[in-house]
Amino acid sequence: MSTTLPLPVVNSADGGDPSGTPQRRGESQLPILPNHGSGSDHNAPPHREHPAMAKDFVANVQRTHWHDGALWFVRSKRDAQASAIPEWEYLRQCASQIKTEAIANMPELLVQFEANAKALGAQVHWAIDAEEHNRIVYEILQRRGIVRMIKSKSMLTEECHLNGYLEERGIEVIDTDLGERIVQLRRETPSHIVLPAIHIKKEEVGETFHEHLGTDAGASDPQYLTEAARGHLRGKFLHGEAGLTGINFAIAETGGIVVCTNEGNADLGAVLPPIHIASMGMEKIIPRLDDLSVFTRLLARSATGQPITTYTSHFHGPRDPGSEMHIIIVDNGRTELRQSETFRSALGCIRCGACMNTCPVFRRSGGHSYGATVPGPIGSVLNPATDDKKHKSLPYACSLCGSCTDVCPVKIPLHHQLLAWRKEFGKRGLLSIDKTLPMRAASMLFRSPKLYNLAGRIGRAAMRTLPRAVFVNRFNMWSRDRELPEPPPESFSQWYAKNRENKQ
Amino acid sequence: MSVALFVPCYIDQFYPDVAVATLELLERQGLDVVFPKGQTCCGQPMANTGCTADAAPVARRLVELFAEFDQVVCPSGSCTAMVRHHYEDYFPAGDPTYEKVRSSTFELCEFLADVVKVDSLGVRFPHRISIHQSCHGLRELRLAASSETRFYGTRDKMRELLDKVEGITWAKPQRSDECCGFGGTFAVNEADVSVAMGRDRIADHVAADSEVIVAGDMSCLMHLDGLIRRSGTPLKVMHISQVLMGRPLLTHSGNLPQSTIPCN
Repeated sequence: MSTTLPLPVVNSADGGDPSGTPQRRGESQLPILPNHGSGSDHNAPPHREHPAMAKDFVANVQRTHWHDGALWFVRSKRDAQASAIPEWEYLRQCASQIKTEAIANMPELLVQFEANAKALGAQVHWAIDAEEHNRIVYEILQRRGIVRMIKSKSMLTEECHLNGYLEERGIEVIDTDLGERIVQLRRETPSHIVLPAIHIKKEEVGETFHEHLGTDAGASDPQYLTEAARGHLRGKFLHGEAGLTGINFAIAETGGIVVCTNEGNADLGAVLPPIHIASMGMEKIIPRLDDLSVFTRLLARSATGQPITTYTSHFHGPRDPGSEMHIIIVDNGRTELRQSETFRSALGCIRCGACMNTCPVFRRSGGHSYGATVPGPIGSVLNPATDDKKHKSLPYACSLCGSCTDVCPVKIPLHHQLLAWRKEFGKRGLLSIDKTLPMRAASMLFRSPKLYNLAGRIGRAAMRTLPRAVFVNRFNMWSRDRELPEPPPESFSQWYAKNRENKQ
Repeated sequence: MSVALFVPCYIDQFYPDVAVATLELLERQGLDVVFPKGQTCCGQPMANTGCTADAAPVARRLVELFAEFDQVVCPSGSCTAMVRHHYEDYFPAGDPTYEKVRSSTFELCEFLADVVKVDSLGVRFPHRISIHQSCHGLRELRLAASSETRFYGTRDKMRELLDKVEGITWAKPQRSDECCGFGGTFAVNEADVSVAMGRDRIADHVAADSEVIVAGDMSCLMHLDGLIRRSGTPLKVMHISQVLMGRPLLTHSGNLPQSTIPCN
């Protein structure tokens, strides 16, 4: 379970919200819905929509600038790497085509992969959803009486909430990726798929390590803190009875899997204990070994602006007759996404996080504002596919600038898919009345030039003559922080009628 | 050859001089320009909210209105992109009327740079300016190569045109094409993030010592100018059509006071 940070919370006990969000009073005739208010039976904090979560983050201007700057630095490193390769756009095109092929032939490729992986001695499991994935992992551990598992970074296990599942069953799970270990110690969730602790400052890491690892109080030197984490984790590695890793690429042709990390923690986790469990979403499949080079050239450059990850490790079955290798292939909604002509290309995602680093909204609202394991543009495309009601604010957490689409190494048309989700919500009747009603009114207005011109004339006259407070107040989300345009006495249409039509 | 002027609704209502400057700019190139009556909106606010049924009739009437013209020119990258790339939902595949309007609708800068191939403008604008690359002009219409990708060449159509204006000195913001945070209804749905994005853009242009931000989309500038005026920042905004016409530096907002609009 995630815990919320002790951020200053607006006290709404008096019913007044200084934030400017309209809150109606005195509507006692409305029935009070049973699920609202304090006596909720869920332990989890209520799900809040993106604008509200973002508001909390943006309110701290300095921190927002720090977060924005940290991610922009990564984006700039990516630009430097991408522009150093003349064939960059050709590589993206290749990657897109390989992924299109892999998605089209996914069932056959996965079966081919299974056969080849088994031939190498691996045991292959199939999980229809998160629950089945977690159960398979638990059964593997339980059968051997294992109580300590070390884990390298795997967003799939975050998606499945594996840690909580295993901890409830008495198994200690240690995240060995430094960033993930930091968020694990803080009882948080990753805020970014590649940089899980990007939202945490080094001083805060120092406090966390002081509390949990006994480092010096007030320490914030990254070298010192990293060495402390290394020492702490080394012991955990040696005592781990099983290791779980993610999978970046599963190669159908060979049955091999590839794991890319910078810290080498996946390698230690996979080779020290006798059992290696590797979890993959179905979309990690690629057809041929030859395809791999396209992705290894794109992945780290897009993700962190490195030419390649420090470790690109290939695993082909268990390392010796005394050890086991389990590969779990997880669906968890992917088959359904694959059915959708509009959204299926999102399965091509290689989880580089470049769309997050470039997204001007993500950089300023933080990963946690998305309320989902995978945040940012790609998360806003993927999450509504699993729960459209819960995640319906995400496709709107986007100015449609298109920067995500331009950085994506596999050319997923992310901003067009976000727009497509909005239309899909419209079709499914999920849009709230504060969205549909103004648009219905606008449509009526724009269908009648007479009505439009009249409304414009009246509106502009009102803006010029009525008191400022009518338009500039805390309920007007435009003018709360921005001046309205200064209304001219004449529209262009009026000017044209006077100055051109009359003279023809 | 008839050229129709396609004027976005917010320009019609709030920034008439942008449309006047566009009209005059095209006329100065010897073109026969008409402003078809009955224009309202391209439907983008409804479409981007997800209200397809509300956008459809608005999109269809726009196509009908412009169907008879050889060329349609619009001083907005965003509205042009709407017509060119986002109208498929409202017409049967291959609909000949829509296809005609789609292929004959141009954003002002691409029309001047690629179709008219403007030689000289004969105007001066003696100011230190910075460009704001509006996202839809940049990444939907490829008016310039975006900072993320070099695939679309190295041309910058706005810059090419502005280079024909005398007296301009350049200010370069550090982030060459980051979104200003307007985003249509995003500006009010996600007001906090939108405002934070806008303020960051303004700070970047101010740090570059710009006197005036010039953009191809007045909607971005409406948002930025709203923030600039609220904070009293010494920075102006102008639409590129106004600069290409050599309009004087505006005292405030993007709107020229009516009295100074030149009448032929």
